[in-house]
Amino acid sequence: MNIQTVRKNVIDGEVVSYQVTQQDSNLILSVPLDPANTDYQAILEWVAEGNTIEEAD
Amino acid sequence: MTKAAELAKMGEVLTNSQIGGRRNIVINGAMQISQRGTSFSVSDNIYTLDRFVTEFSGLGAFTLTQSTDAPDGFGNSLKLDCTTADASPASGDIFQLFHKIEGQNLQQLKKGTSDAEKVTLSFFVKSNKTGNMQVNLRDANSRIIGATYAISSANTWERKTITFDGDTSGSIANDNTTELTIEFPVGSGSNYTSGAVPTAWEASSDADRNAGSNINIADNTANEWYLTGIQLEAGSQATPFEHRSFGEELSLCQRYYFQKINGNSQPVGIGSYISSGQIRTYIDFPVEMRADPSIVTSSGTSHFNLENPSDSFDGGWVLVQINKTSAIPYATGSVSGTTSYSGIIRSTSADARLAFNAEL
Repeated sequence: MNIQTVRKNVIDGEVVSYQVTQQDSNLILSVPLDPANTDYQAILEWVAEGNTIEEAD
Repeated sequence: MTKAAELAKMGEVLTNSQIGGRRNIVINGAMQISQRGTSFSVSDNIYTLDRFVTEFSGLGAFTLTQSTDAPDGFGNSLKLDCTTADASPASGDIFQLFHKIEGQNLQQLKKGTSDAEKVTLSFFVKSNKTGNMQVNLRDANSRIIGATYAISSANTWERKTITFDGDTSGSIANDNTTELTIEFPVGSGSNYTSGAVPTAWEASSDADRNAGSNINIADNTANEWYLTGIQLEAGSQATPFEHRSFGEELSLCQRYYFQKINGNSQPVGIGSYISSGQIRTYIDFPVEMRADPSIVTSSGTSHFNLENPSDSFDGGWVLVQINKTSAIPYATGSVSGTTSYSGIIRSTSADARLAFNAEL
């Protein structure tokens, strides 16, 4: 997965997942907050590189 | 038949037949399953045919397909077709295929013990190029072992068998994370060739990972490279490929990726309006997935429809709740209905996609 943007999905005030757009695909990902999920791991790496997760709409 | 001959025959049967039970650690080694599609423009870190993922940086351009060109006894192979040549790779250029394996499927290798098992890798390969190529096993302890294999005859299927020593150092976690990766490099720059083939387990160095290859599959757009029949098994004997049924192999793949919707007029499930602008549904997975999966979804206009009352809405499903066996996603794009109304949701576009990803 090559991340373009990441946005929080919030239900009842809690972040339930992240919505991800990709650089090389028009498919969108909705990623759970599961440390074993490799898309979630990629988001953490993406943030560690200095990128920012957008707040929910 | 003498007693000795009978015993020899029994040994042959045990070795060369299916009596030994499950042997192949590789999933989709016969390249039968390709839920994501059958043709891929290669980029970095994309899953292609099920369970096979790329590492790619700058080495020309390739199309990867599920091919029906296969050796006798097989129906499919993974095919690489070079579409943009790179005969002089930059130092950091690389293209290789990975097959990643969970630690809990590798405990029989006894890694890190004095009884560490040898493992034998076998596969069928074909290319118009002849020469030496390299294949590696790399573990989660950043240790690696590799070997070269020869493509001896152009455009001819050849079976290769390589036995690797067991590793008495390190360990394999007994969990659902990647603990071993099979690497098939097909071309690279000097960052990956300037070392030496790691013929014994050692600390992984990029310089060693393709040091034994004298072939660059990217050096000409006429180049093609095919791979199938991959088997990794404990022990020093390469046994015949363990053929599994299509359905069984699909189930094994669905632990990592489950394609629910791929095209038009396919049922999603029952959905209901939580509010006038939000539809929720519930989806069971056919097998327990490796981890809580991500939703992978198309987002185009009117990709889905709730039939009663008829209401087209977009993709872009959002995950609300999920575990390894089921998911509750919602959609809001172009949704307009009456709260608490419910009906059957189906796809209404050839481009509609809804899948669940728990790959390694």
